[in-house]
This record gives sequence, structure tokens and C-alpha cells, in this order.
Amino acid sequence: MTQPVLSVSNLTTSFLTNGGWKSVVRNVSFSIAPKETLAVVGESGSGKSVTALSIMGLTPPDRSRIGGSIKLESTELLKLSPARMRHIRGNEIAMIFQEPMTSLNPVLTIGSQISEALTLHRGISQREAESETVRLLERVRIPSARTRINEYPHGFSGGMRQRVMIAMALACRPKLLIADEPTTALDVTIQAQILDLIKTLQEEEGMAVLFITHDMGVVAEIADRTVVMYDGETVEAGATAEIFSDPKHAYTRSLLAAVPKLGSLHGIDQPTRFPTVDRITGVAKEPERRANTVNEEDRPVLEVKSLVARFDMPGGFLRGPSGRIHAVENVSFDVRPGETLALVGESGCGKTTTGRCIMRLTTAKSGSILLNQADLLALDGRALREKRKGIQMIFQDPYASLNPRMTAGEAIAEPMLVNKLADSAEAYAKVGELLKRVGLLPDMAGRYPYEFSGGQRQRICIARALAVEPRLIVADESVSALDVSVKAQVVNLMMELQERLKLSYLFISHDMGVVERISHRVAVMYLGEIVEIGPRAAIFNNPQHPYTRKLLSAVPVADPTQRQRKRSIANEEIVSPLRPLDYAPPKRRYRQISPGHLVMDSNLDRVDLMGSSNRGPFCK
Amino acid sequence: MLFNRVVDSAITIIMVVSLVFVAMRILPGDPAVAALGEYATPEQLAAFRARMGLDAPLWLQYLTFLRDIVTLNFGTSMITGESIAAMLLANLPYTVELTVAAMLVGMIIGVPMGVLSATRRGSAADYSARVIALAGFCVPDFFLGALILIIFGLKLDLFPVMGGGVGFADRMEHLVLPALTLGLVMAAFTSRLTRSALLEVLRRDYIRTARAKGVDEHWVIYKHALRNALIPVVTGFGIYILTMLSGSIAIELIFARPGVGSVLINGINSRDYPMVQAGLLVFALFVVLVNIAMDLIYVLIDPRLRRVSK
Repeated sequence: MTQPVLSVSNLTTSFLTNGGWKSVVRNVSFSIAPKETLAVVGESGSGKSVTALSIMGLTPPDRSRIGGSIKLESTELLKLSPARMRHIRGNEIAMIFQEPMTSLNPVLTIGSQISEALTLHRGISQREAESETVRLLERVRIPSARTRINEYPHGFSGGMRQRVMIAMALACRPKLLIADEPTTALDVTIQAQILDLIKTLQEEEGMAVLFITHDMGVVAEIADRTVVMYDGETVEAGATAEIFSDPKHAYTRSLLAAVPKLGSLHGIDQPTRFPTVDRITGVAKEPERRANTVNEEDRPVLEVKSLVARFDMPGGFLRGPSGRIHAVENVSFDVRPGETLALVGESGCGKTTTGRCIMRLTTAKSGSILLNQADLLALDGRALREKRKGIQMIFQDPYASLNPRMTAGEAIAEPMLVNKLADSAEAYAKVGELLKRVGLLPDMAGRYPYEFSGGQRQRICIARALAVEPRLIVADESVSALDVSVKAQVVNLMMELQERLKLSYLFISHDMGVVERISHRVAVMYLGEIVEIGPRAAIFNNPQHPYTRKLLSAVPVADPTQRQRKRSIANEEIVSPLRPLDYAPPKRRYRQISPGHLVMDSNLDRVDLMGSSNRGPFCK
Repeated sequence: MLFNRVVDSAITIIMVVSLVFVAMRILPGDPAVAALGEYATPEQLAAFRARMGLDAPLWLQYLTFLRDIVTLNFGTSMITGESIAAMLLANLPYTVELTVAAMLVGMIIGVPMGVLSATRRGSAADYSARVIALAGFCVPDFFLGALILIIFGLKLDLFPVMGGGVGFADRMEHLVLPALTLGLVMAAFTSRLTRSALLEVLRRDYIRTARAKGVDEHWVIYKHALRNALIPVVTGFGIYILTMLSGSIAIELIFARPGVGSVLINGINSRDYPMVQAGLLVFALFVVLVNIAMDLIYVLIDPRLRRVSK
């Protein structure tokens, strides 16, 4: 057997906290062979990122302790002097990170940031480094590399910045690339491109890859072998195919059960809860079949007709707007009682703006929004507040959407008090009931948000939304920030509440796997318009619009046996809905495929009218 | 961008001088009495007012005042009859050299002290830097000025302590102690600002990226972190210039230096309206110009502010 590129044995990393040394990684061992991809998978707090930082020697020196052994080929990294370790970093082991938006220095050109690694480790001249930088940027498929090396990071979209990070990491032809959640912050089509790029470059360079992720779909797509971590320890390790087909450990089974698998609801009409597996015993519980919550005869709770929202781009002092963002363009749909309509699409497609227009948090330019037949856009002041109670919103980030100085109980009681639905005593009596309803305990009402986990906080947000007994809940990426298993629990809770209270959801999401589980109907948005809308099964099994197909094919499938054939390493960007001021949106026609399944009847290939597609404010 | 700034600044200056115009007329005390003394006859006072335009209605006085500003006609002192423009012009260089020198001292001492403090966080060096900075904040500038004057000027007799000096070398020598006084106070401010900005920047993701590249810690701080950290520090300078100017008035008095500050104080004491108005106009212009300069420095530091013309 050849010598592994990296062998980690009994790695134990501890951090100094207020209460003394606390180990966050314990006795972790694995090795990576040349050209191999090893995935380390786990949820937040599992110690996967700390493992990576320990290998790089990037844990804070005065507040961390690393024990065990980390060998790069035959060199023991833990015994190296800081200066020797610096020579390894960026040269023999390179790393890319999760947040491409913040991982590049905003005041240095991308060229100088890439060539820095070259001049540092390879001792070549500035001029040589520059031409090598251009070559690297071309390798990661950045168009017009020669001119772009003098640009600063803010001119690049998220996907492009991650390419720059990869170019930087590859600069010195490292033996090992550590990728820490490199695609988590990216849109799904961009994620597919970056994963393909990493795979291709790995083959070309023959390097080993340590891939850290929480996404089982990505693991199935990319990894030869997988290490599953839980609470700082390895719970299972082995060939990826084996882990997926025959998971041994209860935790792995519970994790896999919670992973949304595209196509798993084939032939099932109703939305279906995630199966649950007990984390300790490994006992699986199949979800019960759900009763139909929608009555076709009911009048819709929400009817959105020809909604338009546009924003002007400021042009500068004493000058008019320089362009206009067509964020939402002629969007119409309705939601019936007990129904979940999913609004899907990528960054900048207008799905969030649509949700905000319905809440009247953003001013719509035209159109109408009927909530129980009353037009919200025509109301103002007191009448609006009265009506708007019927819709509540749950946001993406449960950490940011609860006031840290208010207890859970105060947060949940507030909407009842503000809307004068109850006096203080009644409201607090109801808080306990609401907490129970979302699966928490009534005596948690006195606790502050920091005492809760992310999933619990999202439950509190749901309880807060339920407090005013809304008919419709707008859930804007409400489960996107949660760990897989927690995400499955919260989605299950939302479905259970729907059954019990006949709630309607407008479920705004980019996560096709979750959308397949939760929704009755799906609307696909692209550049501010709905390009396809229909029953869930029709959209997932018979997608008609090229964009819907592209979106679905980009979703990583959590099944290593169905590893997708390699797509072309396209470097298309997500186009921006920024248009010149005199732009008139074309008239659209929709074609009916089957009852309720409509697809936009027009050419998808739209010219980028401003010639600056990748710098639109809507692009990541 | 510069054009916007100039328009903004012009509006700011007009507002400042209008406020001065109103304030001077609300304050108790009659300029005619101040100029001619308590024993002047009513006729003399009336003649004085007519000569100075003080008997005109307030709105007319205001319009004349605005016209004079736009045409840069500062008029003559009500008391001495000297040309105000000439007086200011003679005194301005002393104020400019004092503030510029003090800013240099403040930066040269403050920034490295802040860097040291941030990078050796929790060490003895950090602790002493923070104590010194706190002391600098607490000690009033006039007290520090007096202390420096006594120690370095009178006891050690190293530098002159009176006046502004004549000729370049002499002026520089006269500048040392006043600039040191103002500069030390500013260094305290700068070091605290630099420390917190740098600590903040060192937590950023791109610093981790630089370290992951194998960049030497020294370079991580000076090439990757400090430039980002200077952005809030420069903002701080723009605000600090106000403190600096008011400080310069006290320092000019202590070291008996000429300068716009002493002109202003004399003007206020003798209710010399045109003098005070002109002096404050110069101060306002100074603050505005420094802030425009800071904006230009921002653009140099932060490429995100360079508007790409499309």
C-alpha cells in the first residue's frame, strides 16, 4: 500500500474556556491516500471544522491544545516549529473555506492575493508569479483572467470568489486540499459547478482532498471514503457507498433518515414527514401517511395577482436612477386553506421580495394581494394591521430573529399584546400552550434566546407566529440555517401543525429536497417571474421549463450509486434582474401541461441587457 | 464623488457661519460699548453703529454678511481697524503647522501603540499601552501643556516655551512642545481606536485565509490587517480634528503662540463681530477640508469606494 498523504491518529483538540480545558475533538483517526477524497461529515458542533483547523495548525495557539499525531506523508506536523509549519501551509496543504464572500481581503487585488502564495513558497519573481496567476485563474475557469487580476474581490460574485479561493489554494500544487464546507453558502447550480471543478482539478493535479461538509448529498456526490463525526468523536468510517447502503451506527442512520432525497416521494401525492430514527437506539419510525388537508372547493386564503415590485438603482448626486431591478414581475398564484405552496429559485430570483410584498414589508408597484378576499395593498394604517394579523412570517436566521433581551415567553406573548388579542395574564397563559404545541416545555418561557439551540429557537419563532392564530404563514428559508436532523424535525412540526390547524404555508426555499417533502404545489421563480407552477409531483417528475430542469439536475443526490455523470464545468453566473430604465417586460404566455401545471411559453435565453450580469446587487 | 462633497461642505459652512451670526447677536454685550468704552456718548455709539452697519435691520445685516463671505471680504476689525484677512493670514500658518504636527505625532505614536496592544493582547505591553491611553484621555490638554512646558521648557530648558518663532528652524523649535502636547492626547485616542479596529479585523475570515496561505504573522498584521483596520481610524481622525482645534486654542494661550485660536479669543472678548465670524469661518473651513481629505484617504485605502464608471 502506498503511503497515505495524511494520517491523523488519536487527534484530540481542546480549547481553553472559562471553565478550563474543554476537548472538542477526541481520539479522531483517519488517513487519506493520494488522489483520494475523504469526507468528514457531521452537524454543527461535531468537531469537523476544528479537525481541519488542527491539521492546518490554525487553532489559536494560546487557547488551544492539540494531542495525538498528524502526519503529512512522514512528517509529524505537531512537532514542527511555527516557521516550518508556515512553510507547509498554503504550500503542501491548502485550504478553502465556507464563506467566499468574506474569505478574501477586500483591500487587496485578487491577483496579489493569489501571487502572494507563489512568491512566498516558490520564491519566484513578481513577474513570473503574475503570469502564473493568470494561468491559475484560467484553470478555475474565470473569464478574461488577464484583466481581472487587477480587480478587487467586491467585483466578483460568490461563485467566482470561491473559484479565486480555489486558484489560491492550488497555486503551489499542494499534496492535500482541505475544503471546509466550500459550497454551503452558494446557490445550488453554482454549488454543482464548484463541486465539478474541484473534482476535475483533483484528477488533473492528483492531489488528495479532505472535504468537510454537513450535506450528505454532497458527500454522496464527491467522496470515496467518509468519516461521520458526532460530538467530537468518530462514530463511523468507511467507504462512502457502504455507509450509505449499510450504515452501522445509530447516529449515521438517524442522519441519513433526515436527509431529504430528491425523488423519494415518487408516487406519493400528499406531503410526507421525514422518517425518524432514534439517535441512540437506531430504531426507525416510518412517517404516517398524511390526511389530505386541502379541499379543492375552498376559496383561496391568499390570492396574488399580477404582483410587480421594482427598485431603482441610484445614479448619483442630482442624477436620476441608473437602472431598475425588476425584482418581481407579474407574479400570480393562490394558496388554499391547508395548502403549502413552495416558492423556489436561486438568489435574486425574487422569491423573498414576493414574500415581503405579501407582508407589506416591501412596497409593491402594482398588482393585488387578496387575503380572504380583502386586498392588502389597498389597506392602510389600522385596517391593514387588523388584516395583516392573518399572515405571519418565520425568518431564516433563528439567531437573529429573536430579541436577545426578551425571554421566549415575552417574544411569544408580544404579538398577542400588540394586536390587543389578550390582556397580559391571558397572553402569558397562552404562551405555555403554544410552547407545548411546538414541542417545547411551558416552563421554558422564562428563558432567554441564548439558552436555546438553533432548532429550539426556530420553534419559538413558530410559536410566536402562531400566537395570533394566522391563516397563512410565510416561511422564508425558515429551515435553511438548521442542521439536517433539526431541519427534518422542524419540517415535520410544520406539517403536523398544518394538519391540526389547517394552516396554509407559503414556503420560500432554495432547498429542493425539503420542498419535495413539504409542499402540495411548487412555483419556480427565475428573474422575478414564475416560469413554472404546478402540483409537486408534476414539477418534480415532469419538469418542463429548462430552468426547472437545470435547478433539479443541480441538486446533489444523497445516493453514491447514482453519482451523476460529470456535467460541463460551466461558469455561468446567476443573472441579475437589473435592467435599463426604459425596459418594458415582455408579455408572457403560459402553456398548460396538465391540470394546474403551467409553464412559461418563452425563450429562456434572455440577453443580459446591462452587460454586467455578475455584478448585480442581487448576485451573491 | 468629490463634487458631492464640495456641495455638502459648502452647505455645512453656510450653516456654521449662520449659526455664528445668530449666536453673536443673541449673546449679551454691545459691540459699540465694547469698542468705544463705557464713557462713550450715545451720539458716538450711534455713529459707530452706523459706520459698522449695526443699525441696519437684522436680515440686511445677514445678507451683507453672506455677501461678504462669498466675496471673501472679511472687512476690518471693529476695535483695531486692521484688515481681518491680513490678520488671519498672518496667524493661520501657526495653527496649521501646530495641528498638522500634532496629528503626525498622534499617528506616529498612536498607531504602533495600538498595533502592539492588539497583537500582544493581554500582555504587559497591552496593559501599559491601555493605561497610558486612558491617562491621555483623562488629563486635560491645558494641564498636560503646562506640565510639558514646566518640565521640558523650564526645568530641562530643551525647547523655547514662548511665541511662534521666526524663520523655519526657529519655528520648528517653537513647535515641538505644543505639538507634543496635542499629539500625545491624540495618540491616546488613536491607540485605542487602532487597538479595537485591529482586534476586530484580526477575527475576520480573510485573515484566516492569509494564515492558511502560510503568510508570516508579521505580514498578516501589516499587509492584510492594518490597512483594513485603518478605515475606522481615519474616520476617527476626521472627528478628532474638532477636539484638536479646540485644544489648539488652549495650547496657543499656554505657549503664548500666535494662531487663529488667539485671534478668536481676542475677538470674543471685545465683541468684535467681524473678527469672530471670520475666525470661526476659518475653523469651519479647516474642519471641512480635513474631512474631505479623509474621504480621499478612504478611497485610497478601500477599493470598494472607488466607483467604477460603467
